[in-house]
Amino acid sequence: MELLEYGFMQRALLASLMVGLVAPAVGVFLVQRRLSLLGDGLGHVALTGVGVGVLTSSAPVGTALVAAVLGAVLIELVRARGRTSGDVALAVLFYGGIAGGVVLLSLAPRGQATNLDAYLFGAITTTTAADVAVFAVISGVVLAVVWLLGRRLYAVSDDEEYARAVGLPVLPLNIVLAALVASTVVLSMRVVGLLLISALMILPSAVAQLVGRSFRSTLYLACGVGVVVSVAGTAGSYYTGTPSGGTIVLLAIALFLVVTAGVALRDATARRRHGRQVEVHAAHPHEHGEGCGHRPVPHGDHVDYDHDGHLHAPHRTGTGTHYDEHDGSAHPPAAVVPPVGRERP
Amino acid sequence: MTDPAIRLAGATIGYGDVAIVRDADLTVRRGEAVAVLGSNGSGKTTLSRGLLGLATVLGGTVEVLGAPVGRLRERGRVGYVPQRHTVSGAMPATVREVVGVGRLPRLGLFGRPGARDRAAVAEAVEAVGLADRLADPVAALSGGQQRRVLVARALAAEPELLVMDEPTAGVDAASQAALADVLARVSAAGTTLLVVTHETGPLAGVLTRAVVVDSGRLTYDGPLAGAGTAGPDCHHPDEAARPPVRGYRLDQPRPAPDAVRLRHGSR
Repeated sequence: MELLEYGFMQRALLASLMVGLVAPAVGVFLVQRRLSLLGDGLGHVALTGVGVGVLTSSAPVGTALVAAVLGAVLIELVRARGRTSGDVALAVLFYGGIAGGVVLLSLAPRGQATNLDAYLFGAITTTTAADVAVFAVISGVVLAVVWLLGRRLYAVSDDEEYARAVGLPVLPLNIVLAALVASTVVLSMRVVGLLLISALMILPSAVAQLVGRSFRSTLYLACGVGVVVSVAGTAGSYYTGTPSGGTIVLLAIALFLVVTAGVALRDATARRRHGRQVEVHAAHPHEHGEGCGHRPVPHGDHVDYDHDGHLHAPHRTGTGTHYDEHDGSAHPPAAVVPPVGRERP
Repeated sequence: MTDPAIRLAGATIGYGDVAIVRDADLTVRRGEAVAVLGSNGSGKTTLSRGLLGLATVLGGTVEVLGAPVGRLRERGRVGYVPQRHTVSGAMPATVREVVGVGRLPRLGLFGRPGARDRAAVAEAVEAVGLADRLADPVAALSGGQQRRVLVARALAAEPELLVMDEPTAGVDAASQAALADVLARVSAAGTTLLVVTHETGPLAGVLTRAVVVDSGRLTYDGPLAGAGTAGPDCHHPDEAARPPVRGYRLDQPRPAPDAVRLRHGSR
């Protein structure tokens, strides 16, 4: 392939592969915790680190990492101390971060290349061999921590109060997660840019969430989606001449819309089938109950009734008794209102 | 094992510097099954949260399983079923994954679940009657079944003390009966039960002792049968007698209207 002949494209594709894998692996915990925009905020904070790096002529990746991790720890401590001013404190930190970065970068000596756009929106083709090495180390560390602590991070993200009650170290785990986010932010800086980082953490998780059944499968799926959109977006940007960051994010959003539509279509089909069966029973007024003549079949938290070769599961709705159809082998959701997007075919 | 499961001595519990439960004395021996009764806003949930380290102990002594509350090591032996009707979480998760969280406190910092842990998870799910749903997403379960998943999560820890907040609220009669069965077996196995509730009916066969909390004070401590007669746990007549508690939210108890303010360290 033509694009693999260039060294800069090889490095770009390697970087996008790592980012695509790592960002969703951390992002699923943020989505679970309903803190989707934490990555965005830490991206702002990282810009101050970039500014410091450029000013002191040290590697911006290193200083950005330090700034983002410090910001992450600070945010968790603010959150843990109380909710009264937490929201405002976060805003101050985030906007302080981006303002500090812009001002510091403007102070850089004339001769230095300070391309603000490259940091804000990504400049993947400027990735150096040294950058790739640093990214590989960060990716390895982040994935190792997720592998080691994933269950605990899930527990804390899922139900922080329960985790605290049973004695899991909630604050340290939250700080670990925030540090993982900070590392991912710095890793993604070159590929999608600081302003679009959050998208690569959240969108693959959002896609996977629509079709996953378990948390584990959702996590793997999110990583798969991340790798595909990241590498495809980077390769595509080579041919279209568009910025890699924006291309990747638009690709992820397109995928999200397609999957959302697909799931909605599947649910609508299932509902229509269900609706047809309900009509049959509306013309057939019979309330199942003890001694109604149909064989009762206990099922989960309710009783089904064997009825002309299929099972009826009565439940009350606003308009009277309504029967779910069970085909004997499957277990459709017993909830009165099937949760949208989770109903099984 | 001679330490009581719960010991409160002159305990004041609240949030920030607002005391909600004041000057409470209570000793629960190992293996007892106790109901904590009271109307909305009486402080019964705060009392249970104090035992779990979720509310602040502002004064006095609160000991759980023989150690002051707040020690992580001790809390690993406590099971907790929160006051929620459903399993939350934005991402899909299976029953096995949610219940598996209950084993984590026993695994230390980096431990991975082994055969023993998987067996405990399967047993806990079996105990709440959802064995055939182990690999199903929790979102596909009904509200009552999701509550039972949360009970299974607490049971999976094989706790010495099980604290439950309103386990029967919003659950249909069949699920309540199933829950009562589970609790009867857990109690028979020697686990101490503390159930916060405002309706003892469904669990009357399991719980033997009752404590009534009214406006932050313990006003009754004795057999369950004697607690239901006069008022506090039946909150309808009671509500007329005092102004309604405004802005009450189930997940975030507010102080009763006459709660006193305490400054930090004033006790």
